[in-house]
Parts: sequence; C-alpha cells; structure tokens
Amino acid sequence: MQHLLRFLKPYRKELILGPTFKLLEAIFELIVPVVMAKIIDNGIALGDAGYIWKMCGLIVLLGVCGLGFALTCQYFAARCAFGFGTDLREALYRHINALSHTELDSLGTSTLINRITTDATAAQTGVNMFIRLAVRAPFLIIGAIVMSLMIDVKLSLIFLIIAPIVGLLLYAVMTKTIPMYGRNQKQLDAIARRTGENLDGQRHIRAFSRQKQEKDEFARQCDDLEKSMIAVGRISSILNPLTFMIMNLGIVAVLWFGGVQIDSGALSQGDLTAFTNYMTQILLAMVVMANLIVILTKAQASAVRVHEVLSTPSSMENGTAVPDASSTEAIAFDHVDFSYKGAGDKSLEDISFTLKKGQTLGIIGSTGCGKSTLASLIPRFYDAGSGQVRVFGQDVKAYDYKALRRCIGIVPQKAVLFTGTIAENLRWADLGLDETGMREALEIAQAWDFVEKMQYGTQTHLVQGGRNLSGGQKQRLTIARAIAGKPDILILDDSMSALDYATDLALRTALRERCGDMTVIMISQRATSLQDADLILVLDDGQCVGQGTHEELLENCEEYREIYNSQMQ
Amino acid sequence: MKKTLIRILSYCRPYAGYLVLTILCTLVGTSLSLAAPILIGEAVDAAVGQGNVDFAALGRIALILAVTVLVSGLFQWLAGLCINRLAFGTVRDLRAELTAKLGKVPLRYIDGNARGDLIARVIPDIETISDGLLQGFAQLFTGVVTIIGTLAFMLTLNVKIAVLVVLMTPLSLFAAAKITSMSHSSFQKQSVLRGEMGGLTEEMIGSQKVVSAFAYEDRAMERFAKLNRELGQAGVRATFFSSMTNPTTRFVNGLIYAAVGTVGALGSIGAISWIGVMSVGRLASFLAYSNQYTKPFNEISGVVAELQNAVSCAQRVFAVLDTPSEPDDSHLAAVENCRGELSFSHVHFSYTPERRLIEDFSMHAAAGQRTAIVGPTGCGKSTIINLLLRFYELNQGEITLDGIPTTELTRDSLRSQFGMVLQETWIFTGTVAENIAYGKPDATREEIEAAARAVYAHGFIKRLPNGYDTVISDTSGLSQGQKQLLCIARIMLTSPPMLILDEATSSIDLRTEHRIQRAFEKLMQGRTSFIIAHRLSTIRSADHILVMRDGNIVEQGSHDVLMKENGFYAQLYRSQFAN
Repeated sequence: MQHLLRFLKPYRKELILGPTFKLLEAIFELIVPVVMAKIIDNGIALGDAGYIWKMCGLIVLLGVCGLGFALTCQYFAARCAFGFGTDLREALYRHINALSHTELDSLGTSTLINRITTDATAAQTGVNMFIRLAVRAPFLIIGAIVMSLMIDVKLSLIFLIIAPIVGLLLYAVMTKTIPMYGRNQKQLDAIARRTGENLDGQRHIRAFSRQKQEKDEFARQCDDLEKSMIAVGRISSILNPLTFMIMNLGIVAVLWFGGVQIDSGALSQGDLTAFTNYMTQILLAMVVMANLIVILTKAQASAVRVHEVLSTPSSMENGTAVPDASSTEAIAFDHVDFSYKGAGDKSLEDISFTLKKGQTLGIIGSTGCGKSTLASLIPRFYDAGSGQVRVFGQDVKAYDYKALRRCIGIVPQKAVLFTGTIAENLRWADLGLDETGMREALEIAQAWDFVEKMQYGTQTHLVQGGRNLSGGQKQRLTIARAIAGKPDILILDDSMSALDYATDLALRTALRERCGDMTVIMISQRATSLQDADLILVLDDGQCVGQGTHEELLENCEEYREIYNSQMQ
Repeated sequence: MKKTLIRILSYCRPYAGYLVLTILCTLVGTSLSLAAPILIGEAVDAAVGQGNVDFAALGRIALILAVTVLVSGLFQWLAGLCINRLAFGTVRDLRAELTAKLGKVPLRYIDGNARGDLIARVIPDIETISDGLLQGFAQLFTGVVTIIGTLAFMLTLNVKIAVLVVLMTPLSLFAAAKITSMSHSSFQKQSVLRGEMGGLTEEMIGSQKVVSAFAYEDRAMERFAKLNRELGQAGVRATFFSSMTNPTTRFVNGLIYAAVGTVGALGSIGAISWIGVMSVGRLASFLAYSNQYTKPFNEISGVVAELQNAVSCAQRVFAVLDTPSEPDDSHLAAVENCRGELSFSHVHFSYTPERRLIEDFSMHAAAGQRTAIVGPTGCGKSTIINLLLRFYELNQGEITLDGIPTTELTRDSLRSQFGMVLQETWIFTGTVAENIAYGKPDATREEIEAAARAVYAHGFIKRLPNGYDTVISDTSGLSQGQKQLLCIARIMLTSPPMLILDEATSSIDLRTEHRIQRAFEKLMQGRTSFIIAHRLSTIRSADHILVMRDGNIVEQGSHDVLMKENGFYAQLYRSQFAN
C-alpha cells in the first residue's frame, strides 16, 4: 500500500478525521457497560429512581452522539476511498495510454484491464475498510481490556489469556483456509474455461461424438471441486463454534473468579455484569479484525500489482517534430534490425528500401515472417534495434508520436470495431467528419453497399467488437475507418483476407483511383493483390529475400515465383 | 418463486438426511446458546455481595454453563458440516447436470445464446444459488430460531419487559428498511456505471494498439475520466448509505438496551410497580437478550435480498435445463462405414421463418465425389455443413446417406462418418497429443506423430517446450495457422469415410498449404468430400461446384460447365486473375 500513499494525500483531512470520529464512537460504546454497572450498583442497590433515569438518559445521549460520530466517519471513509480510487484509476489509465507497444506486449492487455478494474477497486475497498475498522476494532479490544483492568486487575487476567487464544485460532484458520480458497477458485476457473471451450467446440465435439466423455470430464471436475469445497468448509466451519466455546468458557471463569472477588468485597455485582459484557465486545471485535485482515491482505496484493503497472516506464522517448507531408520520400528503411523484447532471434534483419510519396509497397511472405512487424515500425509502435526508419525524410524518433500516427492510417490484421454507431467508429481519426466524407470512405472500402442497406445506415449501432457483422463486413469497415482520416500513409495489414477476390479487386481499384497521392503499404498472402505495387518485398524469416516489381521478382526471386505459381495453378 | 424453490429442494433430495440433520443441529445448537444469558444471570444472582456468595450454586451454574456451551458449540459445528455437504453436493449435481445439458441442446440454442451468458449460468449463477439459497437458508433458519428463542426466554424472565422489547422491534425494522431503500437506487446507479466502465476499459485497453494507432488516447482518456468521476460520485453515495446500516443498528440496539435497563432497574426498586421486581442477574440476562435480539432481523433482511437474487439465478439455470434436448434417437439404426453416397432432395431450410434461405435444393454426390461450395463472404456456405451433420434440422425435404434418410440414423453415428475441419479452429486446454487424438483417444504416440507429420505440424510441435506433451490452449500463443494444422491432424488420425473442409487452410501460409494440399489429395482419394474455399484454384478440381449467394444456391455444376454458363461463378473466377 505504501507505494500508493501519494494518492491518499489529497484526502489527508478525511483520512485523519474519519478514524478520529470512529474512535470517539468506540469510546462511547465502551462507556455504556460502565454506566449500566453504575445503574445496578448505585441505582438499584440504593433504590434511587432519579439516578436510574439520569443514567438512562446518559446512555441514550451516548448512543445519539455515537451514531453521529459513526455516520461522520462513514462519510469521510466513503469520500476518501472513492476519491482515492477515482484518482488511482485515472492515473492508471493515463499511464497505460502512455505505454509503448513493447510494454503492452510484456504486461498483456487482460492484465491491464484487471489492474484498472478489479485491483483498483480492491485497493479502494481496503482504504474504506481501513478508515472504518482499523481503529475501531483494535481499540475496542484494547479498550475493553483496559476498562476491565481498571475494574479488577486479577479478573482481567482471564481476558489476557482468552484474547490471544482466539487471536491465534483466527490466525491459524485463516492461514490454513486462504490458500485453499485460492485453489477452489482455480478449480472453478478451470470449469469456466472448460465450459467456454465446450461451447466454442460444440460442433467438433458432436462431429467426433465425444459428448459422453465431455460429460464425464465435467462430472469429474465438479466432483473434485465439491471435495475441496467440503475440505475447506470443514476447517472454516470450526471457527465460529470454537470461538463461541472459548469466549463462553472465559465467561464461566469470569463468573467463578468474579464470585470469589465479590465474596472478598473486591468486586461489585454490577462490575461482574460489565465484565461479561466486555467479554462479548472483545469477541465481536476480534471477528471484525479477522475480516479486516483478509480485506487488507487482498488490498495490499492489489496495490502491489497496481504499483507494478504504474512503475513500468514507457521505453520510448517522445520527439517534438511534426511530419511534413510535402517531402517526396515517404518512407525509408535503412539497414533496419529488430527483435522483440525478450526474444532471442531477430524478427527483422537488415531491411532497406525507399518508397516515394504516392507509391504502393506490397509485402508478401509466409506466416510469422515479419510482415506485420515491419509495418509496425513505421508508426513507431516499436523502435528499430539498429538502423533507421524514416518517414517524410526524418527519423521517426524525431516526431511527436501522436502527430506521426495522425498522418498514418492503419488497418490492423484483426478487425476491431468499437461499441457505438458506424459513424462514431468512422470518426475515430477525424472527429469532424461529415456525411459526405463518411460516404466517400465507405465507398472506397466497398462498404457503402451494405451500410446503406442497413435500417439505420451509418447510424447503425455496433455491438462490442462489431459482433453483429460478418468478418468481411468488419474488415471493410476498419478499412473505411482508416481512410476516413485522409491519412498520407495507409497501412493495410493483411486486412482483406476475409474478402472474396472480386471485392478485393474493386477495393484496390477504388484506392488507386480515388486516393492517388496516398502512400500505401499492403501486406497480403495473395500475390495477385500485390501485382500492381510499385515495390514488392518478399520476406522470409525476417530477411528480405527479394525486392522489386512483380515482373522483376518473377524473373529473379525463387520464393516469389513459388508463392505466385502455387496460387495460379 | 415458489415453484423454483420447490424445484431446488428436489435437487436436495439425495442429501435429505443432511437437511434434516442441519435443521436438528441448528435447533439444538442455537437454543442451547440462547440459554447462556439466563445461566449467566443466575450466576450473577448467586454472587450478591461481600460475604454473600453462594459458591455451591455458583459452581453448579458454572458447570451447567460450561456443558451447555460445549454441547451448543458441538452442534453448531455439526450443523455447519451438514450444510456444507448439502450445499456443495447439490451444487455439484446441478452443475454436472447443466454442463452435461450443453452437450445435448440443439446447436441452434448454443448459436443463439451469448457464450458469456451461458458460462455465467454455469459458474456465478450456481455459486449464488449455493451462497444465497443454501447458506442463506441456514442463516435464515438460525435467525428465526434465535428470534423465537430469545423472545421465549425473555417472556419467561419478565412478560412486561419482553412486550416492551417486541413493541420496539418495528423501530429496528423501520431503520433497516429506510436505509435499504435509500441505498438501493444509488447502488443501482453504481452498478450500471460500473458495467459501463468495465465495458469501456475492456474495449479500449483490449484494443490499446488500435487506440494508439489512431492517436485516440486523449479522446479515450476524456471518456474514461468522465465516466470514472461519475462512478466515483455514485460510489460515495452508495457506500455511505449502505455503511449507515451498522451504526444505525447499534444505535437502535442501544435504545432498546437503555429502555430495558431503565425499566428493569426501576422495576427492581419498585419505582414502577406493575413491572415487578427483577433480580440483578435477571436484568443482566435481559440486557444480554435485548443486545442480541435485533441482530437477526438485520441479517434476515439481508438474507431475503440474497434469496431473491438466488432464485432469479436458479431460474436462469433451470431455463437452460428446460430447453428441449436433441430428441433421443438410440432406437434408430447406427450407420457404420458408409459408402458415402449423399443426396439432397427438395431441401428447404431457413434459420428464421422471416428470412427464407435454402429453397427446394436438390443435388446428388456419388460415393467418392468431390463437391466444392463457392461464394462471396458471408453467403451461408456453412449452412450446408449444419444440415449435413444435422446440427440444424431441415424444414422440408430430406438428405439421404447411401439411400437412407439421415433422420433414420442416429445423429452420433451419422456425424462420425464425417471428418470436419472448420475455419474456426478449436483447440482445448490439454496436451498437443490429446488435441490431435481427440477423435481417437486410444491412438498410439506413433499414430499421432504420423498424423502430425502428414500435415507438416511435426516440426513446430517438436520445437514446443515439451513436444507432444506441451499443454496448449486456444490462447496459448499458437498461431492461427498452427492451430489449423492441429485440427487437420485430428482428421488425418480418424480418417472417416466423408470429409468436410471449411476454409481448412485459410490461415496457413502458402508454402505449407501447398504441401498440405498433397496430404489432402491423398485423404480425399475415394472419400466423398465437401470443400469450402475462397481460392478458386483449389476448387477447380472438384467434380461438382455449388455456387452460393445470399444464402441461396444460385448455380451448380462442374467448373467447365459453370464457366460456359458465364454466370456468377465465372465472374468470381475471373476476378481472381483480373487486374
């Protein structure tokens, strides 16, 4: 938690006042049994009705004040915790936005999502509970012991024996069960994963007639889960009865030895009732403490994980230059090497080429040969290991990367769309895009036909990731989204794979005719799609085994010939 | 609600013994624990003052108290153990039945329901049933026993003060109800906002690379910050209101405590004569009861909310269980080693009545014939597979295998005649060997390796950390192409009489595909096969081509015939080579 303390700073007032008010409430709560003892000893013993009324009024007054203090504390706790949580999430998200792709790869997006949702919330809950309980519960325990010490030292020895025993018991049960609960959760996750896989593969399962085996495997997993749930239940269900027994046996001891003390005149009857009251208070407070420890342990683990993300610096230094698209040299690679962080082999080796403004570059090669990696160096998603990547005549490292990326339109391999209307998706690069601009982009991407047919046209709402569209439709919309920003450079990363050849061709023709001065980088597995490119790179295992036009490559690049022929047979 | 509860109870039937034991043990354990304050009171009364302590009585009471507490604790523990058996056993049965059901429902059901929603029914919904319903039941029962027991004991101590406590009960209930209604709306607002926030982060961070590609970070940040602040404000309200419960309960408790104390004390000294005189010990017992009396009320109102939640979860679970399964067909003939002569005659099919799809479609595939299905993206080519394997049933017409209508064969035996490689690969969590041997679990390692070699997957498998014993899953970092190779190897191993290849090689790089093609050629030799592909060159060699468009079959025939017809197929074919 100490790493995240700076997020608590703006809430210092709440952080101090909250527990203070809670402390006041706890003090008042501790006084009540004493007042009741006074009623018994003074009021009843002396038959003083006025005294009883007065003391009764005092108890109600203590209650009212206690309520007021407690509510004040709860309010400060909620304000502080949620203020802290909100700031933390915002800082986290800001930080994630600043990370480069290298960090995104090593941290993983699902991890980041968990950090910003689950972990930030757990830390927030930790703060809330800390303010509410961290002072109250120990204070009640210690207070009750101190109060009883003040009444009778000998008798309170019983407390000093019982409290640690219960504490040890709580500790033992918790240390034993927490890892067991963790294992149960893992088993449950495994069943969830299996369910998901089963739903995905239902056609395969039935085609192989394996329903019976799947059913048996599920039954076995459910059995295992039951067994371990019962195992952990067996331990945790001991906790409450055992504390109940220990505390009440403590009371038995209090009664017996209290009797002895009363007989000798060292203790009054009222004091004895106060003693038994304190015993119950201690018990309740200890259970609260145990829960608090669980919550804080979780919060601590979450805080460490959140801190991990916050302390990961971006490995990329931002530049200041703004691209000048008037340069005739659009893109140039100069002996570029690249390897992913943590990977041994180079993903790209000694790549050099130059592309003029308005030209089209085709990249072809088998899966995993480095095509997408090469393209991702242009918008500076990663930094080249050695050599230089230049866009518009300047090293990409010189640019402000947001400015650089604004003049590049990218269509990723995986067609990702966002919740919202088609229009909102098209406005990703350009917030002010009007209907004409949208239509133009959709037409070029060969998407206008189907968008127009939709009931709400460009106002059609897309479910997350565009699940209500076919793969080909999604790809065409992602292409339209990139074109809509009127980029100087367009990167199509194998983004036409779900399109049939006719649509593929129409799209390329439209690009050529209507976006003439756009520099295009087209990655594809289809040789036919790249035939017209001004320059084609043939990659094999990170190396450029051939570059030139279609005709040149047919002439002198064996790999290219092999690919081309295999498709034309 | 009642029907659902009864139905859940029917799942408890195998554990009826535990249910009875739970009730008995709770009854004994709770009532005994409630006797403690009376005994404590009596002990206090035995020690009146200096030189006035009845040690014989005190010792006897202390002994009884000790025994009572020990026995009560023992029964509480037993009740806990029994409820565990009951709850976890019921949950096991329910979950096993539900997961088994997923293998029985028609595919239409699985296709038509969101994956995440179905998983939610198997995992969190059933957990809620376990927590809310079964554990909740235990809490509810304990609570009721405590309230009744406390009242009974208070009545035996002093009827009038007991009535006073009962009269003050509504105060506690009122406070609880007030707080619940106040916090309810803020909680709802909070959970809606939290859902939106989860959706936004999932989407934005999940596609962080796209976000950065469009330099969209600032706008994403703006949206995030706005939602985050709203969530923060809603959270403060919801948390504050709900955290009012404990102090308020303590306050109400304090009032009752004060009232009992005052009235009791005044009674003892005879200031209020109608109360009757009460000893100090009895007053102490009373105070103890009044302290624990209001607590179960709060717990019960919490449990009721949980119960309602659990019932709605149970309804979601039962909704799946009540979906009609694929009808039982074990009385039908099982087909074995068919020749592979397939024909469609006058087949009509549509997924929804509003949208007509396949109408009056007929074709014949002789044994060993190769049929290609061609058409633009999303034209419904996989529909044919759904019908062939009876994942979906025809609306009209029939499909025959070796002259026998497929509806007269068991679905399992029919499906096992087909080897199927789909575009959507399926890799489950397990070793590479287990994945390859999915259709033939008793395959030897040699057979598995041979199948992997045949599809050129042996090389990359060997390079995995544990070779064939490496545990893989759909998200474990295999490329789409590698996953497809494993799916093809599966079929190589079972070599069934008929084949369905749906874009089987779409993600495999061209050189590997080229080589696999040879393996496929060998596999297809003498087998009736259906091939779906974009690459027309791989289709040209088919004996028969079905051309689909918008879900309908618009043309069929051989490549040469279709080219001569110069229709849609010819247009598609030319677009590949045109430039």
